[in-house]
This record gives sequence, structure tokens and C-alpha cells, in this order.
Amino acid sequence: MNIYVLLKRTFDTEEKITLSNGKINEDGAEFIINPYDEYAVEEAIQVRDAQGGEVTVISVGTEEAEKQLRTALAMGADKAVLINIEDDIENGDQFTTAKIIGEYLKDKEADLIIAGNVAIDGGSGQVGPRVAEILGIPYITTITKLDIADGNVSVIRDVEGDSETIEASLPLLVTAQQGLNDPRYPSLPGIMKAKKKPLEELELDDLDLEEDDVEAKTKTIEIYLPAKKEAGKVLSGEIGDQVNELVQLLRSEAKVI
Amino acid sequence: MARKFLVLGEVRDGSLRNVSFEAIGAAKLAADGGEIVGVLVGDSVQDLGNELIQYGADRVVAVENDQLKQYTSDGFAQALLAVIEQEKPEGIFFGHTALGKDLAPKLAGKLESGLISDVTSIEEEGGNIVFTRPIYSGKAFEKKIVTGGVIFATIRPNNIEPLAKDESRSGDVAALSVDIKDLRTIIKDVVRKASEGVDLSEAKVIIAGGRGVKSEDGFEPLKELAQVLGGAVGASRGACDADYCDYSLQIGQTGKVVTPDLYIACGISGAIQHLAGMSNSKVIVAINKDPEANIFNVADYGIVGDLFEVIPLLTEEFKKLKVNA
Ligand SMILES: Cc1cc2nc3c(=O)[nH]c(=O)nc-3n(C[C@H](O)[C@H](O)[C@H](O)COP(=O)(O)OP(=O)(O)OC[C@H]3O[C@@H](n4cnc5c(N)ncnc54)[C@H](O)[C@@H]3O)c2cc1C
Ligand SMILES: Cc1cc2nc3c(=O)[nH]c(=O)nc-3n(C[C@H](O)[C@H](O)[C@H](O)COP(=O)(O)OP(=O)(O)OC[C@H]3O[C@@H](n4cnc5c(N)ncnc54)[C@H](O)[C@@H]3O)c2cc1C
Repeated sequence: MNIYVLLKRTFDTEEKITLSNGKINEDGAEFIINPYDEYAVEEAIQVRDAQGGEVTVISVGTEEAEKQLRTALAMGADKAVLINIEDDIENGDQFTTAKIIGEYLKDKEADLIIAGNVAIDGGSGQVGPRVAEILGIPYITTITKLDIADGNVSVIRDVEGDSETIEASLPLLVTAQQGLNDPRYPSLPGIMKAKKKPLEELELDDLDLEEDDVEAKTKTIEIYLPAKKEAGKVLSGEIGDQVNELVQLLRSEAKVI
Repeated sequence: MARKFLVLGEVRDGSLRNVSFEAIGAAKLAADGGEIVGVLVGDSVQDLGNELIQYGADRVVAVENDQLKQYTSDGFAQALLAVIEQEKPEGIFFGHTALGKDLAPKLAGKLESGLISDVTSIEEEGGNIVFTRPIYSGKAFEKKIVTGGVIFATIRPNNIEPLAKDESRSGDVAALSVDIKDLRTIIKDVVRKASEGVDLSEAKVIIAGGRGVKSEDGFEPLKELAQVLGGAVGASRGACDADYCDYSLQIGQTGKVVTPDLYIACGISGAIQHLAGMSNSKVIVAINKDPEANIFNVADYGIVGDLFEVIPLLTEEFKKLKVNA
């Protein structure tokens, strides 16, 4: 089976966010594989191990995403592709990213594409469904279970806590929800092997795309940090009195009850 | 500049979701006096048209078809594309719900349009509709505009005020017949887990438990309090990882991002990933036995104590209030 994983490099979840010149300050920040994309890599490896085939991990970004792609290779993916847009695109959005990925995948005859359900930085959850639409294949988002037999697919989809069992056939794009699996850590031999696995680097030119073809459909005009919260009131006294006071405060001061 | 907007009225268990009324409120802000057309999609939904009008839609287009009984992206996309084709709106708004998140990117992709997801506020600025949305799970915000195609947006529940319901309003509810075919995904079964109680993303009050709750049974007092307050129960990842509750309850950077009026965190330490999911709640209460716990840094009110002692007392107090009211 020909399996592709869409992987985004994101800020570590531990990072505090600061701004410099109106942009998110990346200096000194740690970067990770978007956590949902780790589930995607793990699932792809498991499907390949059960069904045979090959797992290719794709990322659109800058040279720095090589590190996260190598980690995916160390987990067990077979090949990686970095579509480096650093020199070509100044302002991208989800349309841009999906268009680039769609263009790359259009003649690859992918059987299964696995993305994350959402990137924890941009947070839109658009790229998966947009890529499926470009490729003209069906998609199922936020899945927590995936079974494939003879080209027939059965998945469980998390819908705000409810579980839907859905049937579909390949080719298919799915997006990973927490609970799909427990991503493995790269092993030491895995890390050694990853160094020799193919990591192809492409630019827009290689995909027959002009900058105009991928021009963003949205524009960010401002980024700001939420107002700092004033330190709150920690109550004191007998627990019973504290509870009474809290209820009073919620009624008369905060007015939420 | 007056603009025409469509708003999808999302139906669950036969009724419209509150977020759809909020999306109409959002569309009013964006339309600048233009027409708001409500859209209903399902097997039997036309009767709900009036309610969309009472909440501010000028008229409603309903697409009914047996194939639309359950949501599928293929079926709903065909219905909505037909409505968009007929109405030629400047924009279309959805709730940022499981359905809206699944469907809007497909339509925006098809129409090569910009989509702004998870919108928390809207204003009109120099002829542009400016959308505000959280990034980095609420650690920062961005303001965006759509520059290409139809203006698509999904509206986060609980952030934009709906208009007051006006039962004297009336308008046209028209049927549009659409041929729905070639559904490529088939729903075989639905297991309702979330049906008990209020939906987390739309809840006005959330009682969240962490590892301090200690067991599945430990969630019982939290559930009771939630019930008295008409709220929902949520959790930290610590509690989910320990199997005290289902992952669907997880709040945080890799869970749900919520903004209720009142968030009561019980036995949650306040890790940065958890705060990302709840720190924009209007009022935060922390109950934790460790006075140094980080959760107190974002809480409006804190009680240092054992949650198993504090919560039942709280529940009693709120019950008394209810009786007296
Ligand atoms: C050159 C460039 C400039 C940009 N400039 C801006 C800007 O000015 N303002 C702004 O807000 N954003 C900018 N972005 C970021 C971009 O808008 C989004 O971050 C990106 O399109 C993904 O959207 P998202 O974060 O909402 O991901 P989601 O749609 O939430 O991601 C869902 C899933 O899609 C897949 N995916 C997402 N992104 C990628 C990727 N890059 N490679 C592979 N798979 C992916 C992953 O599987 C992920 O889990 C820029 C991006 C590029 C490439
Ligand atoms: C990539 C990544 C993503 C993550 N995403 C999320 C996320 O989305 N959401 C999330 O929540 N976490 C997330 N985490 C995990 C996060 O870092 C913390 O580990 C987690 O939030 C801790 O959960 P907790 O507060 O319940 O547990 P703990 O940190 O163990 O805190 C338990 C608290 O309970 C208190 N307590 C114990 N007993 C009592 C009692 N009887 N009465 C009152 N208080 C008591 C203790 O004092 C303590 O403060 C993520 C981590 C990573 C690495």
C-alpha cells in the first residue's frame, strides 16, 4: 500500500508565546512534530506493517522541518519529502499549503493519506479536507480507529464525544484524533537507520507551480497576545466559610451564577 | 457595504444548535445591512426555518433529501454548493463544531476560497470584515481578512452574542430540491457517549477534573455539581491518561479549547498545555490542595483544600440557592 503522511513542524507545547515586531518570536523555541501528526505517523507505520507497502512523510515548510522529518523516519517511515517554500512564498495560508501538497500528490496514486486533525499552532484543521478535495478523494476527520481489509476501510470517528462507525474504500484521506494509537519513540537503531533513508527536497518549480497559483486567500493583519490576567483571590478561613464566600462572589462580583 | 451572507443552521436531535444563532449574530455584523439567508440541510428540517428567522435570518432555504438524514461531507457539500450556486452570497458562516470543521474546508477548497476557522469576534474596519481567532491554542490571537473567493468562516461557540429571539419576525422558508448522489462514506453506527448532559464546547459552566480526582468514581461529585449548575464535565489530560474518563472530555492544547462563563478546575495543577485550552474562560475557579499549584495563577478565585470536601459543600450551597430562587 502506498501511504502518505502530512506532517507539520510546530512549537513545542511547553513554549510560552512572545512577539517580536508583531510576529511570533521563534528565537530559541523548541520545535516538535505536531502531536496529532505523530499519531498519523504511527498509524501509517502500523498499516504498512500489517498490509505491506511504503510510508512517505511530507512536510511543507523550511529547511528546519528536516529535523522533524528525520524523527518520523526514525520512528519507521520509509521516505520523506520536504517541500521547501522558503525562497518562493512570503505569505501562505491553508489554501497555499493544501495546494502545494495536492500538486505533489496528484500523480502519486496514494492509497491512504493520513494527516493530523489540527495543527496546534495555526489551529484551523483545514489542510486535510482541502487536500482530499483537491485530489477528488473522500476523507474522514478525527478518527480514533482504522481497520483496512481488501481495500475496504472501517473507521471510528470521534464526533464531539460520540463515536461513528464509518465505511469507505481506498483511496482515502483520514485525520488523526487523540486516542488513535500510542506513538512510539524512535529507537536508537531507528535513529541510525533514519540517517540513510531518502529525504527528497523540492521547491515550487519542481512541482510546476507558480507563486500566483498558490497565493493565499486570507491575510493576517495583526497578531497579539491576550491581556494578562490579574492575580486572583485565594480565599481563606474555614472551608465551609470559603465555600459560602465563593458562592457569594460568583453571584455578586463575577455575576456568572 | 451591504453584503449577502448564508448561515448554516446546524440541527442536532431535531433542534437547532445555539451556535447557529450565534453565527447569525456574526453574519449580521459582517453583512452590514445586507441580507442573511439561513440554510437548513437534512431529511426533515424545513419546520425549523422560522426559528432561524426569529433569531435574525431574513429568509431560509431548506434542502431536504432522504440521503441527508445523517451528516456526510459528500452529501452536505452537494446541498450547500447548490444553495451557494442559487444565492451567490459574499460569504457563508458555520458553527466551529464537528460538522462545521469537517465541511467548511471542503467547500472552501472546492470554491478556491479563504476560510477563517474558529472565529471569536468580528468587526468591520474600513470596508473589510476583520475576524479574530486564537492561535497557539489561545496563547495568542490573530486578526485576519479573506482576500480571495467567497468569505468562509466557522464561529466558535459561546463568543459572539446571538440576537434576541423575536417571535414576531417572519420570512420566507423555501425548499430547494437537490439531487444527492455518490456518497463515498457510509455511516454504519453511532454510539452516543456525549449524550448525557451538556456539550462541552457550548457549555456555559464547566467543572473540570484532573489527576487529583484519583479515579473514575472520583468524577461523581463533579458530575453532581455540573448537573446542579446546568454545566458539563471536562478533564485534564492527566485524568484522561489515567483512564478516569474518556479522551473526549480533555481540555487543552491537544484537546478542546473552551471559553465558558465559569470554569471550575478541581485537582488540576495548571500545566501550560491545559491552560491553553481554558485560560480565556470568563471566570476561573481553582480548587487544589497545593497552594503553589500553577492553576492559581490564572484563577479569579481559589480555594486551597481537598476537592472531595469542597465540591460536595459547593453543590449543597448551589442547591440551596436554587431552592430559594
Ligand atoms: C510560506 C508560508 C508563509 C506563511 N505565512 C503565514 C502567515 O503570514 N500567517 C499565518 O497565519 N500563517 C502563515 N503560514 C502558515 C499557514 O497559514 C498554516 O500554518 C498552514 O497552512 C497550516 O495551517 P494550520 O496551521 O491551520 O494547520 P491545520 O490545517 O490545522 O493542519 C492540519 C493537518 O494538516 C497537515 N499540515 C498542516 N500544515 C502542513 C504543512 N506545512 N506540511 C505538511 N502537512 C501539513 C498536518 O497533518 C496537520 O496536522 C505560512 C505558511 C507558509 C508555508
Ligand atoms: C504534547 C503534549 C500535549 C499535552 N496536551 C495537554 C492537553 O491538551 N490538556 C492537558 O490537560 N494536558 C496536556 N498535556 C499534559 C500536561 O503537561 C500535564 O501533564 C497535565 O495537564 C497534568 O494533568 P493534571 O493537572 O490533572 O495532573 P497533575 O499535574 O498531576 O496535577 C494534579 C493536581 O491535583 C492536585 N490534587 C491532588 N489531590 C487533590 C485533592 N484531593 N484535592 C484537590 N487537589 C488535589 C495536586 O495538588 C495537583 O496540583 C500535554 C502534554 C504534552 C507533552
